[in-house]
Amino acid sequence: MVTNFLIYGLVNSAILMLSAIGFSLTFGLSGVANFAHGALYLTAGFTAWMLINYLGLSPLVAMLLTVVLIGILGALIYRFILMPVRGIILSEVISTYALGVAMIEFFRWKGFVSFDFSLPPFMKGGIDILGVTIDYQRLIIIGIALIIAIFLWYFTHYTNTGLALRGMAQDEYTALSIGIESDWAAMLSLGLGAALAAVAAAAILPLGIISINMGYDIFLIALAVSVLGGLESTLGLFLGSLIIGYAMVIASTYLGPQWGQVVYLSAIVIVLAIKPSGLFGKYKELEERV
Amino acid sequence: MRTSISHRKERIDRGIKVRSDDIFVLASMRDLLYVTLPKAIVILALLIFPLLKDVVGMYWENVLVSTLVIILLALSWDMLASAGLVSLGQAFFFGVGSYIAGYLSYRFGWSPLFTIPTATLVGAIISTLFLFPVLRLRGIYFGLITFALPLLLSRLIEATKVLGGTEGMSALPPLPGITGKLYLLIFVVFLTLFAFRRLVSSDYGLVFQGIRDNDRAVIAAGFNIQWYKAQAVFLAALPATFAGAFVTHHFQFVGIPAFAQDYSILPLTAVVVGGAGTFIGGALGAVILMPLSEVLREFGSLRVVIYSLLLLIFAIGLPEGVFKYVKRKYTQIERLTTMEEVKHD
Repeated sequence: MVTNFLIYGLVNSAILMLSAIGFSLTFGLSGVANFAHGALYLTAGFTAWMLINYLGLSPLVAMLLTVVLIGILGALIYRFILMPVRGIILSEVISTYALGVAMIEFFRWKGFVSFDFSLPPFMKGGIDILGVTIDYQRLIIIGIALIIAIFLWYFTHYTNTGLALRGMAQDEYTALSIGIESDWAAMLSLGLGAALAAVAAAAILPLGIISINMGYDIFLIALAVSVLGGLESTLGLFLGSLIIGYAMVIASTYLGPQWGQVVYLSAIVIVLAIKPSGLFGKYKELEERV
Repeated sequence: MRTSISHRKERIDRGIKVRSDDIFVLASMRDLLYVTLPKAIVILALLIFPLLKDVVGMYWENVLVSTLVIILLALSWDMLASAGLVSLGQAFFFGVGSYIAGYLSYRFGWSPLFTIPTATLVGAIISTLFLFPVLRLRGIYFGLITFALPLLLSRLIEATKVLGGTEGMSALPPLPGITGKLYLLIFVVFLTLFAFRRLVSSDYGLVFQGIRDNDRAVIAAGFNIQWYKAQAVFLAALPATFAGAFVTHHFQFVGIPAFAQDYSILPLTAVVVGGAGTFIGGALGAVILMPLSEVLREFGSLRVVIYSLLLLIFAIGLPEGVFKYVKRKYTQIERLTTMEEVKHD
């Protein structure tokens, strides 16, 4: 029972972290709360499905192609939708939100609602760990979440591009004055965020069927995890997803499945009310409140 | 040194606008009509519409009810925005008002004549108390918390099964008569509209605008901005909680749909389409959007797609909104002027 709880809590945390990482990256680096994050995740799932079933590509190729395509889509969203309203917070939120809803409802209208829509897992079967049966796909998810977290931490701390993006996030004017272009940085961060949403979709969606409402849920989960952990802090993201992941497993085991959603929604409200910069955020305190 | 002649556009006020700006407007019937007709047409149309029950049918009378409700929520949104508080969850105020009215009527059997005023006032106080701890938040962070609050409350009601749980509370007493109901709603809409417009341009409202434009400067001037923001939330909550209480008795039911995202998105869309910061803009947006959404109803979920794309196009393409655009066309003309450019080379 305890090992079962520990392992499934870990899997849940890894799922949360993968779902949130793209959103957190975009929000932390360019300050755009990408309300279309869930829609991009959903679009990635359906794109991969279409590539596999209509074009007959092998799953791995289809998923890699999806990640690239969705990344480009993210960059295009910045160029054509966000750039004209850059800096007007309300318009940024409204346009990404409207776009997200339009994408999600488009899939619903097109009839992408049935049990046919599921992606193949990377590897079938499962193994026993300490008496708990766990399938390979869930282990792969933990692996991918760890690899991406490490990659991102390395990218934002030790590469020129990553440092430029972080510089832009910390002090836009200083970053501009040493030749980092604001629009380029924001476009890159949106593209990266979208690509990471596609990675999450490719890894997580094989666990079940692709359901439309996931598009809305994923955004809220991403918001909860990034707010709790603190933006642009990989360690915060890691801890935030562990806390919410285990809290969700505890709540749905002992109180009933409908409490899972209550956990992450109240996490958003409570953290924003008490410490809006989250556990590890440090740069934005003056922007957040007076 | 050479000079070149080029053209540019300039805007100037129409002659009739200038003539009708001051007291001499009384001298000419045409000028008087120019000033009063746009307002009079709207007000008269709204006042006459409820009487046409037999001509337009009950269906469109109900559309008018939902339009007026969205107008109230949009006005409430604009009031919050005038103090710099961007709300993404008008459904929060709406739901609080709905549930208070529903509970009073379901549990204690109060008549709608008592539940609606109580729910309006108590609901506004409760919403203010709820939001008081987060008033320090700025910009997007306040928006995010208002976005999450209605979702959280509806999930909490679902999970704890209080206040009727998922079934909600039904068979509540209705308000008598559709015509009387509509006039009550129309009266409240006009009251809110004119009161808010007047309030925001008063000295008191200037503090709100100051907070919106530069909150630290207002702190430096010695105002307690948390207290002012709380007052703005209270004032803005009044029409929204009233709308919630009204709809509860209109449908004779209150349940989780009271916190539905529709009540957050539709007012926001109305304000974006109509133009923020003018109050009339939000009302105009709702008048355009709600009948449109009824017409699009047969398209199923494509309706939502069209709706959100419309929102997107307006947010990017016409950020000033329909109202300011129309007003500019009504009062000003554009013409080409020549200008002489002197180049030193």
